Amino acid sequence: MAKTQLMPFDQALELFEPVIGLEVHVELNTKTKMFSSAPNAFGSDPNTNLTPVCLGLPGSLPVVNDQAVRYSISLGLALGCEIAEVSGFARKNYFYPDMAKNYQISQYDDPIAHDGSVEIELASGRVVHVPIERAHMEEDAGKLNHVGGSTGRIQGAEYSLVDYNRAGVPLVEIVTRPIFGGEADTPEIAAAYVATIREIVVALGISDARMERGNLRCDANVSLRPRGNENAGMSVLGTRTETKNVNSLRSVERAVRFEIQRQAAILAAGGSITQETRHWHEDTGETSPGRPKSDADDYRYFPEPDLAPMTPSRELVEELRAALPEHPTLRRRRLMSEWEFSPLEFRDIVNAGLVAEIEATVAAGVAPQSARKWWTGEIARIANERDAQPADLITPEQIFSVVELVDAGTLNDKLARQVIQGVIDGEGTAAEIVETRGLAIVSDDGPLIEAIDAALAQQPDVLEKIRDGKVQAAGAVIGAVMKAMRGQADAARVRELVLERAAG
Amino acid sequence: MSETSGANGEITAQTVEHLADLARIALTPDEITTLSRDLDSILHNIAKVSEVASDDVPATSHPIPINNVTRPDEVADVLTLEQALENAPETTDGMFRVSSILGEEQ
Amino acid sequence: MAANHSQLVTLTAAELASALQSREVSAVEAAQAQLDRIAEVDGQLHAFLATDPEGSIAAAREIDARRAAGESLGELAGVPLAIKDVLVTTDMPSTAGSRILEGYRSPYDATAVAKARAAGLVNIGKTNMDEFAMGSSTENSAYGPTRNPWALDRVPGGSGGGSATAVAAFEAPLALGSDTGGSIRQPAALTGTVGAKPTYGGVSRYGAIALASSLDQIGPVARTVLDTALLHDVIAGHDHHDSTSLRHEWPSMAAAAREGAVGASLKGLRVGVVKQLMLEGVQPGVKARFEASLALLAAQGAEIVEIDAPHFEYAVAAYYLILPAEASSNLAKYDSVRFGLRITPEGNGTVENVMSATREVGFGAEVKRRIILGTYALSAGYYDAYYGSAQKVRTLIQRDFAQAFAQVDVIASPTAPTTAWQIGTHGGDPMQDYLNDATTIPANLAGIPGLSLPIGTAEEDGLPVGLQLLAPAFEDARLYRAGAAIEQLIAERDGKPFWAQAPSLASATAGKAAN
Repeated sequence: MAKTQLMPFDQALELFEPVIGLEVHVELNTKTKMFSSAPNAFGSDPNTNLTPVCLGLPGSLPVVNDQAVRYSISLGLALGCEIAEVSGFARKNYFYPDMAKNYQISQYDDPIAHDGSVEIELASGRVVHVPIERAHMEEDAGKLNHVGGSTGRIQGAEYSLVDYNRAGVPLVEIVTRPIFGGEADTPEIAAAYVATIREIVVALGISDARMERGNLRCDANVSLRPRGNENAGMSVLGTRTETKNVNSLRSVERAVRFEIQRQAAILAAGGSITQETRHWHEDTGETSPGRPKSDADDYRYFPEPDLAPMTPSRELVEELRAALPEHPTLRRRRLMSEWEFSPLEFRDIVNAGLVAEIEATVAAGVAPQSARKWWTGEIARIANERDAQPADLITPEQIFSVVELVDAGTLNDKLARQVIQGVIDGEGTAAEIVETRGLAIVSDDGPLIEAIDAALAQQPDVLEKIRDGKVQAAGAVIGAVMKAMRGQADAARVRELVLERAAG
Repeated sequence: MSETSGANGEITAQTVEHLADLARIALTPDEITTLSRDLDSILHNIAKVSEVASDDVPATSHPIPINNVTRPDEVADVLTLEQALENAPETTDGMFRVSSILGEEQ
Repeated sequence: MAANHSQLVTLTAAELASALQSREVSAVEAAQAQLDRIAEVDGQLHAFLATDPEGSIAAAREIDARRAAGESLGELAGVPLAIKDVLVTTDMPSTAGSRILEGYRSPYDATAVAKARAAGLVNIGKTNMDEFAMGSSTENSAYGPTRNPWALDRVPGGSGGGSATAVAAFEAPLALGSDTGGSIRQPAALTGTVGAKPTYGGVSRYGAIALASSLDQIGPVARTVLDTALLHDVIAGHDHHDSTSLRHEWPSMAAAAREGAVGASLKGLRVGVVKQLMLEGVQPGVKARFEASLALLAAQGAEIVEIDAPHFEYAVAAYYLILPAEASSNLAKYDSVRFGLRITPEGNGTVENVMSATREVGFGAEVKRRIILGTYALSAGYYDAYYGSAQKVRTLIQRDFAQAFAQVDVIASPTAPTTAWQIGTHGGDPMQDYLNDATTIPANLAGIPGLSLPIGTAEEDGLPVGLQLLAPAFEDARLYRAGAAIEQLIAERDGKPFWAQAPSLASATAGKAAN
């Protein structure tokens, strides 16, 4: 396959104005599914979280989950939306083996929430208001496992196996209006928008929001229009592509950038853009063509006759509005100033999804910089290694107990990392691990002096160099001593002793 | 789809083929012919609904209007794996087995 | 005992219930009598798609044991019940008369079935029907037609021809049906039995294999108005599994039927006759019987009022858009993945090919016709003109009913324009059959209750004629009160209940032989 032609990003922006539209699907973390009383749980054995409704068994009927409606209204409010006085469900009809009824219950003409706006802030400090067209409720589909052929791919598979556990999990689909004026920031806007949505749903406590599990999925629509139409609004829009299921913040940014560069190359060469869905490939960092839009997209929507319309009372809406958490942007500004983080430091923890964890750790008594260092450092590293969520590994209280030992001089940073590892591995409390692993710093100078003598014996010229003013030469001895002490020494004290010896 | 039906809403074989494709039914050529004729006759009789469906008449989709029917978020009615798979034409590893898929999910 | 045994099947459900309560008869004896009757006559009638004698007897034995243990049981405990195959049951297959569901076993009971079991009724078998309830003759069943016990060469009506025949031929005292456009009322009329379509939402649809969700309603079928009411009381009520189920305190239908049978309940009753329901081409004998019954009502002090319902002429058109549209979506689930038939085309093929081949083979001609029609009515560019307009007609028909019921208490019409026709004689022009449903369809579009009861036979063919009564939504009891009164008048006129006039099956067989 020929390598996709790309135009350099800066050049693409000179010729074209990028316009994006984003659809974010949020899986709600209700106990049960959207229209059935089956458990809404991740990681169960295939086809064990089902009721007759999830399988579309003959005679089964959907019933709306009250909690999912409340969550959707809260989300709509947090997105600055109007909550519809009358909202209803509709059937979207199409055949696919992961759809048990071969129609999806969704919302069409009258979504639960509409016409909102989300404020996002870029690393540069630029603030963008993303216009929200609507947020509607729907049900998720099951999962297909493709067997044979190239592993896991639909193309060339011999057969597929269907697990309907995810079928019927409540989703809210948030649809933006076209986002104009992003210019060179457009890819970052896409990622920052998804990050903000994630913060909002986490703050609301309505979704686990784990992108790698598909709790939060983004479809990115990208189109370009030639320069000179900047004030034309919606009247002049280029043909768009829709890149499906981009499942990390970094990928959202990359996929949008890629599409801008790809489309620009085609348009500049006199070609035209095909309206189609495209797939994002994490490994190659490219999108590839999927299904073209066609006649087959006649979804034959009609009002769902098995469900009654919803007319959320204004009392309920106001009750939920009053319970909304602080807006993420405001909260972010407040925390950044309270913690005295640089914008870059703060952006890193936002992108890593660790704001809530650091907040809890600070509340547990750890200094903000120390909390940031632990979560973005050792804990994130272990989480990454084990394909786990940092928050699942350790509690803020456990971190505090380790940091307490560092502050007391019992541990240095290196030893503390080992203790953190021990805590994560369930070896006991921080104090117990220090005890059982024998990790405390050796504070008696005796063994340190012995180790220094041994090291100097190996490197006799070091003292001379120090006396000549090359103080950095002490590093080699300190390194050898720390190694001999298996890290259980305070490096600063070792340095003092070496310098004393040179001076002496 | 307008190009597949005639000017007077006549149902052509092409229309029926398109509908059969949407409805996933592998109709035979004879069925397509018969259905084109039947549908044309039926539509001729039922198209008159638009005569009285003026803009000021609201649509009724539920015969007895009721609103806000929800259930509490509590687990119930869960099927065992055996019950879930009992009627399946083919299963493998606790999952429903289907032959290879041509199209992509939507 | 043998004579006694065969007499058991001619008892009404009310009579049998009281014999069971007094322990003159055991539930096992009642079930066995019906099973013997089914074994005797169903070879000719084909009212049943499935029976399970051992299972039915076991269920009956349990009722007897509970009664013997002094447990307080429902009024109908131990009475056998036939169940239309559109309702899913855990103890017998549920096919909806379709090949695509051959052998399907449901892991759960429909709510109406569960309520019947909880009340102690004994499932005696699943009854035949037009495939997915699409039809008015039961000829569209994938498992062969049901025959009318009044004349074996005639249809029993449909789609619930199996349930109607089962009660008409004494194979069961009670049956469950479903009515989307007349599938309970029209077979009742054609077989000389009683059937009611409750107010939409009055009986749960959970476990009823869906045809058209906004029109379908489960209801009772029996030989008498009181029996129908007794079964109605068992199955009615709110169900959290059905979002369209009504939270309403229903009065006892049986109490209304009992009142109607004794009191002067027809005096002052305002009975509307809708011009538009007096169809052209109504069979003379049907018209004569209908007019005679109006005269009977008037003689009892009822006031007959002519009503105009200008939009009823659009009802059939609206119905044949809404029904196929909803059905095209409801029937999409039959795709060979999770349950039901699977046809793999030659050379295997993709899942798309397998689904299309399965649906081609698994669905009958009428089902395919309606799915294609419904797909058309919903498709882009046609929705507003067809489905959208049909939903507006629905509003207009509701308004017509509201105006009518401002003037009258009930509306009366012939249930069907003709008596039972000969098997195989319809089916040329599908539209002709659709137009025959014009009398029953408006009630489904408006969600209001309807009842059909026999008022005699047509002079020209000696076959039963039904009277349809309609009432405003939630006023089902009004139908039972009036219906029981009319039933009483007919029995007094004829000197015996209508059901007792059914020819014995032996002579019906002879009638067939003569053809």
